[in-house]
Amino acid sequence: MFVINCPYCGEREQSEFKAGGEAHIVRPKQPTELSDDEWAEYLFMRKNIKGIQYERWNHAHGCRKWFNMVRDTSNDEIKAVYKMGEKPPTI
Amino acid sequence: MKNKYSIFSLIKNAFSYHENWEKAWKDPSPKKEYDAVIVGGGGHGLATAYYLAKKHGMTNIAVVEKGWIGGGNTGRNTTIIRSNYLWDASAGLYDHALKIWEGLSQELNYNVMFSQRGVMNLAHNLQDVRDLKRRTHANRLNGIDAVYLSTEEVKKFCPIINTSPNIRYPVLGGTLQRRAGTARHDAVAWGYARGADAMGVDIIQNCEVKGIKRNGDAVEGIETTKGFIKTKKIGVVAAGHSSVIANMAGIRLPLESKPLQALVSEPVKPIIDTVVMSNAVHAYISQSDKGELVIGAGTDDYVSYTQKGSHDIVEGTLNAILELYPIFSRMKMLRQWGGIVDICPDASPIISKTSIKGLYFNCGWGTGGFKATPGSGDLFAHTIANDEPHKLNAAFNINRFVSGDLVDEHGAAAVAH
Repeated sequence: MFVINCPYCGEREQSEFKAGGEAHIVRPKQPTELSDDEWAEYLFMRKNIKGIQYERWNHAHGCRKWFNMVRDTSNDEIKAVYKMGEKPPTI
Repeated sequence: MKNKYSIFSLIKNAFSYHENWEKAWKDPSPKKEYDAVIVGGGGHGLATAYYLAKKHGMTNIAVVEKGWIGGGNTGRNTTIIRSNYLWDASAGLYDHALKIWEGLSQELNYNVMFSQRGVMNLAHNLQDVRDLKRRTHANRLNGIDAVYLSTEEVKKFCPIINTSPNIRYPVLGGTLQRRAGTARHDAVAWGYARGADAMGVDIIQNCEVKGIKRNGDAVEGIETTKGFIKTKKIGVVAAGHSSVIANMAGIRLPLESKPLQALVSEPVKPIIDTVVMSNAVHAYISQSDKGELVIGAGTDDYVSYTQKGSHDIVEGTLNAILELYPIFSRMKMLRQWGGIVDICPDASPIISKTSIKGLYFNCGWGTGGFKATPGSGDLFAHTIANDEPHKLNAAFNINRFVSGDLVDEHGAAAVAH
């Protein structure tokens, strides 16, 4: 359990948020051209990193806005929070 | 087996105040080379090594474990064993395991305290009733014992359940698998470790894998904290850390690792003699032989390797427990912990070859791997020894995420994954 600094609302308990998984997975531009392997890669394969992970979160019980977060999954320490569309910080 | 456990060995050792029992397994240093190396000394890994030695004659093998035997998810689960899964592939897999459980203590000469006390799954709304009835029929078509119970029959089987129609999620019925139950999870790891060790398997603890050496498309060995070990076959059974190992080998897995929590209460006299699970309110409960209530909570929705988990998950589970069992309202909880579970998109495991020759993965068991321990080990050993899956685990290959032939047990398996 940790506290998340929502870029729109400020610090709130993590239980107000919904995790949205790995961030910056780009939706294929030409879905009809994709091979089965590429579909599997896009839909199912995940980095599942132990360490610094870039991920999406939604303030489900607050402003309901999506944003990105950089978190160390080995100790749940939050390194950075940034809005959708912003350039991911290098950690 | 070198030193058989029996009433006579117990008496013999009593004369020396139980101070001279032989060690259950040795503590060897790794050799330079093995025919196969199993990464992960939990129940599944040790069972794999046991069956590789016993059924496939591969005794020049090692199990490497970064911590101690059974110190991971093997010792963190809520010990529930059942096989009432919906789909044919899952039913085959889990019932194969359940059949091995039924004779496991005798086979290992080690009491795993397997107790077929029954597992009951509750329905709380009309859709639950329909789903559970459908699953009961599917189970019986697959030869798995299952009965559907009315609310009155649920109450009769487990009298402490609150079956009042006026609670938030009333009990509308349930299913019962009588062959299902629990086992002592540590004993399973210890029993398999002892059995494998007796056949010559090296069990190497405090030995963490740091890298996987490849030569083109084949494996050559593993880098560990105790040096390089050469081998042509690597079976990875690393549960929550499967993706970490896969990363070392340069392959991708469809897994997310999340904390799953459980907790136990102070010990009390026998009060609940079965296992009751409830999907809709996500609470499951049983009582250990020590008298503690063993309560399973849900997973957090974020990736984490911290073995902690969030408090609100536990709170939600205990709310549900208290509504269903008001008698526990004054119980004190003793301990809470988390384990890191690797969850597949279809909530079914992967027991499979990979694109790299000699590299095999047994992972993705998510929240429900303990029940499958003996079957998983048996089928994974078959896959490693023959470089081909057994027909019971053929459906659980990694390639199903490419072909789309998923084994979707999300929610259908009677408990939320």
